[in-house]
Amino acid sequence: MKKSYKLENLGCANCAAQMEADINRLDGVEKAQVVFMTSKLKIETSTDNIEPILDQAQKIITSYEDDCVILGR
Amino acid sequence: MSKRKKEIIRVAIGAALFVAAVITDALASPALEPLQSALPYPFIMLAIFLVPYLVLGYPVLAKAARNIKAGHIFDENFLMCVATIGALCLAEFPEAVAVMLFYQIGDLFEDYAVNKSRDSISEMMDICPEQAFIERDGEIESVNPDEVEVGTVIVVRPGERVPLDGIIVEGETELDTAALTGESFPRNVFTGDTIASGSINLSSTIYVKTTKEFDDSTVSRILELVEDAASEKAPMENFITRFARYYTPIVCLLALVIAIVPPFFTNFEWTDWIQRALVFLVVSCPCALVISVPLSFFGGIGGASKKGILIKGSNYLEALSKVKTILFDKTGTITKGTFSVSRISPVGISSEELLRIAAMAEAYSNHPIALSIRKEHEAPLDLDLVSETTEIAGQGIRCIIDGQVVLAGNARLMEANGIDAAMNDTKTTVLHVAVDEVYRGSIEVEDTIKDDSVSALQRIKELGVQRTVILTGDREEVAAHIAKVAGLDEYHAGLLPEGKIDFLRSYLEAAKNGEKVAFVGDGINDAPALIRSDVGIAMGAMGSDAAIEAADVVFMDDKLSRLADGVNISRKTVRIVYQNIIFALGVKLLVLVLAAFGLANMWEAIFADVGVSVIAILNAMRTLKVK
Repeated sequence: MKKSYKLENLGCANCAAQMEADINRLDGVEKAQVVFMTSKLKIETSTDNIEPILDQAQKIITSYEDDCVILGR
Repeated sequence: MSKRKKEIIRVAIGAALFVAAVITDALASPALEPLQSALPYPFIMLAIFLVPYLVLGYPVLAKAARNIKAGHIFDENFLMCVATIGALCLAEFPEAVAVMLFYQIGDLFEDYAVNKSRDSISEMMDICPEQAFIERDGEIESVNPDEVEVGTVIVVRPGERVPLDGIIVEGETELDTAALTGESFPRNVFTGDTIASGSINLSSTIYVKTTKEFDDSTVSRILELVEDAASEKAPMENFITRFARYYTPIVCLLALVIAIVPPFFTNFEWTDWIQRALVFLVVSCPCALVISVPLSFFGGIGGASKKGILIKGSNYLEALSKVKTILFDKTGTITKGTFSVSRISPVGISSEELLRIAAMAEAYSNHPIALSIRKEHEAPLDLDLVSETTEIAGQGIRCIIDGQVVLAGNARLMEANGIDAAMNDTKTTVLHVAVDEVYRGSIEVEDTIKDDSVSALQRIKELGVQRTVILTGDREEVAAHIAKVAGLDEYHAGLLPEGKIDFLRSYLEAAKNGEKVAFVGDGINDAPALIRSDVGIAMGAMGSDAAIEAADVVFMDDKLSRLADGVNISRKTVRIVYQNIIFALGVKLLVLVLAAFGLANMWEAIFADVGVSVIAILNAMRTLKVK
């Protein structure tokens, strides 16, 4: 399942790169991209149940930038 | 008040307090000179500097604390905290505050630059129509373009943006397609013409029958393409991301080594070596690179789209800059793909007369040749004079014009009617005309080379592209002729689609040293070549979905000169990226080396961190500007 979400308050390019690396390590994530320039999270999962993965991704994102949120879930 | 404004105010207050502290320090220190050795003085100063330090630094400190809890040790906030607290401990109060101050000014600037780039690109991409208008029972009502079904007739009034792709069913107007094609000259469109969403209706109301749903329309596709482009990273971007992952820990480790090891060999002068180590910490942030490289690519892609060149990713932008061989499809790429009159050879009458007769004979035909002849004639035709027009399949037309029997067609038509036509061995298509059984001459039509092909190919050559090649299914003579006139180096004619791929493959194999091979086509039947080449470029792609899908770079209009523009933009972008990498790493390395030898202090470190970031970002933003 391929989805794209807007990220609010993504303010740091280096953090974006690190978030991306961490999210890619999550179970069920085939490919994740945190695109700093467009403030987007693009995620491809092996399951259709994307919500739990998004929860984990949000946790990772928060750990780098506490006010950054995945929008439009 | 926005978050950013609050930040600016906080940093400004911090800066003011810092200045106040520096002034106090300067004024008070002579007076307190005698007390210098006494204990309270440094503490008074610490207290004075601690105020701006905390005002400026508390978010950084808080963030660092939070990130340590989350397990991200080499976080830039943390490094800044260690460096500044270290400086405070060494009684380098102004330095400590300055690091915090400039670090945050740098941050704000970064924010501003990124937002500015985002804005200018979304402004460029502000081609998305909010509403469509439908006429219902004489009333015009506004609907969401998303909800308009294919085949609906919509109304587009002057000044409005065309919301959906479609065909004009009523009316004619001028369209501004600049947002799509980069072409500033308005385009005249008439009933029956296909128009793309995103263009602006300039002069009069038109009725348009939609041919696409909103999600498939030109506007939506362009937006999606440019948005997606940012996520296709160039090799250079990936290199920087990987580099950043190692750079920070290594520099921090070095800092630790410098702080701990040398003192054992130098009489335990801890202060000096710790000072040097702190400089390392400040320089250890890779921000300048991590932000300026993607920013450059993003800007380059945005700048290109302003010119009607859509690049599907930074990787293709980088590849485009290294193109040394370009393969071209012929029809529709180098040539117009539409026929036009190339020669009129009258016999016994004037050229104008011959053309007029031919145009009248072809008045009811929709064949491309007929269209080209009518177009050449331009002036209105008195069709009342024409009667009994009949089409003779495979030969041409017979009709009566002003009482005279006119035959217009190929050599076979002349032969069949016993007319002696002047035969020549040109590579063009020839229309012969006879009036009352007397041969009156011929009109040659050909697929002409685009107006800008010659100059475009010349520019490509000047840019250092070594080989330009035509791959075509057309006849040898035609290919040779086009290659010569347009100024291409090589041609391969009579190719089947597989043949094109074979040649493409051999050129790909011949390319070395990271040189890239591009294929340029109009998208019709070119998909395999577009996919296989290093950079597949589709021209005039507003009509062809398959081409947009298959290509890496899409020219919205069918101008070949976009190619040189694209190469120029890609080179400029890549050049800026290199400049930034070399400059940022160079300065950082220099400051690190100087610091290791005790020749650089905190101020140089601040420049190597924030100063370099700001300069690199400013440089990166140049990519947004296209001539």
